[in-house]
Amino acid sequence: MIDILIKNLPIIVVLCPLMTSLLVVLIPNIFFSWILTTLSTFLTFLFSILLYQEIQIHSHISYALGKWMPPIGIEYIIDKVAIIPVIIISGISFITTIFAYKIMPEEIEKKSISKVYSLWLLAIAGLMGLVTTGDAFNLFVFLEISSLASVALVAMGAHKDKQALVAAYNYLIIGAVGATLYVIGVGLLYGITGTLNMEDLTNRISDLNNNRALIAGFGFMIIGIMVKAAVFPLHIWLPRAYAYAPSAVSVLLAATATKASLYILARILFSIFENSENLINNTLLFVILPLSLLAMFAGTIMAMYEKDIKRLLAHSSVAQIGYITLAFAIGTKASVAAGFIHMFNHAIIKGGLFIAITSIGFYIKKRVTINNLSGLGKEMPITFFCFVICSLSLAGLPLTAGFISKLYLIKASISSDDIWIAILILISSALSVVYLWKIIEVMWMRDGRKIVIKENPTIYISLIIVTFLNIYFGLDASLVVNASFEAADKLIGDLK
Amino acid sequence: MISSTIGIWNYWIVFCLMMIGLFLVIGRKNFLKKIVGLTIFQTSVFLLYITFGKIKGGTPPILNESINTIYSNPLPHVLILTAIVVGVATTALGLSLVLRINSEYGSIEEDDVSAQDLVDYHDDIETGKTLDLKFKK
Repeated sequence: MIDILIKNLPIIVVLCPLMTSLLVVLIPNIFFSWILTTLSTFLTFLFSILLYQEIQIHSHISYALGKWMPPIGIEYIIDKVAIIPVIIISGISFITTIFAYKIMPEEIEKKSISKVYSLWLLAIAGLMGLVTTGDAFNLFVFLEISSLASVALVAMGAHKDKQALVAAYNYLIIGAVGATLYVIGVGLLYGITGTLNMEDLTNRISDLNNNRALIAGFGFMIIGIMVKAAVFPLHIWLPRAYAYAPSAVSVLLAATATKASLYILARILFSIFENSENLINNTLLFVILPLSLLAMFAGTIMAMYEKDIKRLLAHSSVAQIGYITLAFAIGTKASVAAGFIHMFNHAIIKGGLFIAITSIGFYIKKRVTINNLSGLGKEMPITFFCFVICSLSLAGLPLTAGFISKLYLIKASISSDDIWIAILILISSALSVVYLWKIIEVMWMRDGRKIVIKENPTIYISLIIVTFLNIYFGLDASLVVNASFEAADKLIGDLK
Repeated sequence: MISSTIGIWNYWIVFCLMMIGLFLVIGRKNFLKKIVGLTIFQTSVFLLYITFGKIKGGTPPILNESINTIYSNPLPHVLILTAIVVGVATTALGLSLVLRINSEYGSIEEDDVSAQDLVDYHDDIETGKTLDLKFKK
């Protein structure tokens, strides 16, 4: 019994949320639909951890869907790289689901809550499928499952603020164009290689140096994924979508959605096209590197001038995505590892910040803008304490998770003789203190209106978990660091 | 030269449709027209895949006795069936969003909508008034 479970784990982590999403929609009761959702995300998380242990033994699990052997059939691959986003997505979605219980009925009509949970699970299933699949076209299907579900989730914010509709519309159009560009790329590659399996693609591409269709296909795929990952000039959909989505949804999307696409980006750059070194090196140097540097500064500066806190955090996400792509762009083993470390840490940091901000919004019953925050620090000590810890972690202070990722990123850029990149990273981190301090100052140092707020344990429990993770992985990062270095080892291999 | 350029006229059509679609998505301010553009853009990709699968003189991939039969590749068609389903879902979701936007804003022109949004946004930032009302609703 347990053997069968272990053998089928790569598909179970996708099917578990997918199947429960169909079930949840039938349950009209808010509480029971939430329980089922929590159970499903918890099981997914549990299976992901089992998968993690399995990976430590086998290091590469290939699952042939329906016993159709790859490269003909669809293959699901879990290796040391894929396990990192799998753990991030399943873990964060479990924590966010706990948080969603109190928050959801506040912002969404009671009758549509079970449908929202269904979409919620569908989005998670899409993201899990995205990172486990080893088939280039299957990836597109999951990309669309997750993004259509997230668009619908963002649009649910219309009950509170009608701007959510426009935000969702823009997300849909830009996302659909991105996904279609990706499909064009896959089509071109299929035209010249005749295969869709990623490992098979890698082998067949190696014979086709400087084929024009190959280069065009690569370009289309990269651009398509960069739209989904919100890499700097293609991030337009992100701030609005995060700001106007229902609170719980913004937490889920901010912490997981772009991470999956960033993982796909790494996979395309370092795994599928690992044999066309020239192409990759040029792309990294002339496309990804400048865009990431721009993202770091543009995102931070946009955040400094923003008054709506959810938008502020979304802009800061753009900057943080810039750090991750910058790590990929440097292209050494150490830097790619730093990228994965930051991918994990950013998920828990942004998750924590968004949970804190949205629970403030829950208490004050207003949109959280900088003016609304004054003096609230004394009213909600637990929420704000956690918020401050997560902020410090975002800025990269020692003893927090953010410090570890900055440390490895700077170490990697110095060891590859790019001192100026290290300096730019430091400047950008220092600038991020400006907008974080702006919030903290308003909360603690200004007098506010006298409102008594009683903090609700069901809301701050998930915040405390995330904050604890931030401190824990700041003190003992060996788990994340080892996993990331193993992942980088697998990705870069003998390339450099 | 000319024969090889005209010989790939399917690709020319794909190219034209793709550019028309992309132009509509980027250039039009009307939400509905953007969706029309998106559909045309996706259709061009369907045609691209179908063209890959065609071989001159190829038959449908049904096994027959003669040895020298050339078969067309069926896989792109199957992929495109999936892509069509995804495209329909995207269009349906987009149209339903346009309907909701129309009922909330009274317009589906991007300029009108963003003008209303801008007023709302600054109202909220300065006073938080509009949102208080919305929450009570």
